[in-house]
Amino acid sequence: LFQTYNCLSDGEFQLIRQTLLIFFQDMHIRVSIFLKDKVQNSNGRFVLPISGPVPWGTEVPGLIRIFNHKGVEVKRAEFTTAGNYVTPQREGSFELYGDRVLKLGTNMYSVTRPVETHMSGSSKNLASQAKENVVPSPLAKEELNFLARLLGGLDIQKPAGGETGFRLNLFTTDEEEEHAAQTRPEELSYKVINIEATQEPGRRAELFRILGELEVAEPRPGSAEKGEDLLALMDGL
Amino acid sequence: QAAWCEFPSRVLLVLTSQRGVQMYESDGSTMVFWHALDVPEHPAAHSVFARGIAAAGGRFICVGTSSGAVLVFDIPPKGSNVTLSEILEQHRDPITDIAAEQGQAPDGAGDLVTADDSGTLCLWSTGEEFTLLGKIPGSGCTCSSVTLWNGIVAAGYGNGQIRLWEAGSGRIRAQVSAHARWIYALDLAPLTGKLLSGAEDSFVHVWQLSRNPDTDDIEIQHCHAECVTDAQVCGARFCDPAGDTFAVTGYDLSEVLCY
Repeated sequence: LFQTYNCLSDGEFQLIRQTLLIFFQDMHIRVSIFLKDKVQNSNGRFVLPISGPVPWGTEVPGLIRIFNHKGVEVKRAEFTTAGNYVTPQREGSFELYGDRVLKLGTNMYSVTRPVETHMSGSSKNLASQAKENVVPSPLAKEELNFLARLLGGLDIQKPAGGETGFRLNLFTTDEEEEHAAQTRPEELSYKVINIEATQEPGRRAELFRILGELEVAEPRPGSAEKGEDLLALMDGL
Repeated sequence: QAAWCEFPSRVLLVLTSQRGVQMYESDGSTMVFWHALDVPEHPAAHSVFARGIAAAGGRFICVGTSSGAVLVFDIPPKGSNVTLSEILEQHRDPITDIAAEQGQAPDGAGDLVTADDSGTLCLWSTGEEFTLLGKIPGSGCTCSSVTLWNGIVAAGYGNGQIRLWEAGSGRIRAQVSAHARWIYALDLAPLTGKLLSGAEDSFVHVWQLSRNPDTDDIEIQHCHAECVTDAQVCGARFCDPAGDTFAVTGYDLSEVLCY
């Protein structure tokens, strides 16, 4: 990556960008996460904000400097526009690991999002956790591990005393669940039902026996059609 | 790219692409000339294209290329006997834009300016043989578009700046933090000295250039700003030589907006 792109000039990068833009020209496909984030309009066009930090190396528009024929600055003037730009804080890092400053290239799906519903009566102070994870979400990992355990394939060692694992949450965020638990009226107490989802060896044997009974009859060697075989398989079950 | 090239006896439409240069009669009826670019046998992953078109000296069409060479074509008053008269090889980076003097050049100021990806500007005097009069070194930022008027070079850069250079001496005379993004288009109205700039930040600005012939003061003032919401402005041109109206278009925009 470094080798190919490090030596390119501004103009060459712009050429790459223009080529990509030409590829996407006239495609106004609406993407739900873009629409939700207000990055895309409902007509398919992208929103170009006229405020925010300017790219590193660009100056905030507004200044005119006049020089005389000796190269000495003789006058300064300013002009204003509708835009509201600011200077960037610092340049993003070009090292292999570092603070990029920009959000470009990060994962849009890794931020937890509040659902845009209006809940009557409840407080509106439910801030969403804006954890921007660079690594894949640990929640996703746990989900996959749990699925693997259910299928009986994987033996997961639970770290001693650790609260790992997958917890089902019927609300959008953890805060909402806690809040709901706190505001729940006293009379509607609930019992926790333990669903034994982990595999015990005994139960596994049971499953294997059932699987054995599901033995499929060998397809007759003489049959020509694939369709016939499939039907035979289904009949065997 | 597409540009009209006006000569005393004819007007040609010139198109540049990755294949080469095409020239058409002004009504688009016939292709007058076609020049194919040499594609090297083993292209080193650099794209080949022609970019930058200007009519110069009343009889030449200059076209830039990705190698940095500027092709000079001699245009006959009639017919299709266009010949490649010269190849100017002063730039080492791909040419971005070429502009011819649209007003009155002071003595020694030259009548053609060529710009490239590194921001280097070359000033030429046109004729049977083109002469290099001066070179303004770039500072690393691409000069994306350029115009030349009364010996003033107005150059737009990829970092959103507009700089005015004195063509004769090569000195910088003004620096404007004009845009927040890449400047795509610059145009000049020769009768009044109005300058139009359009950039990816969706803004179009109108400026007024002035040059005092006695004191030789060069100035630029901001006249007006327009914002084309959510559009990356790619093209901006005055519709008349006085600059009373101008047209704007942008990436993925199927409309041309007239102001």
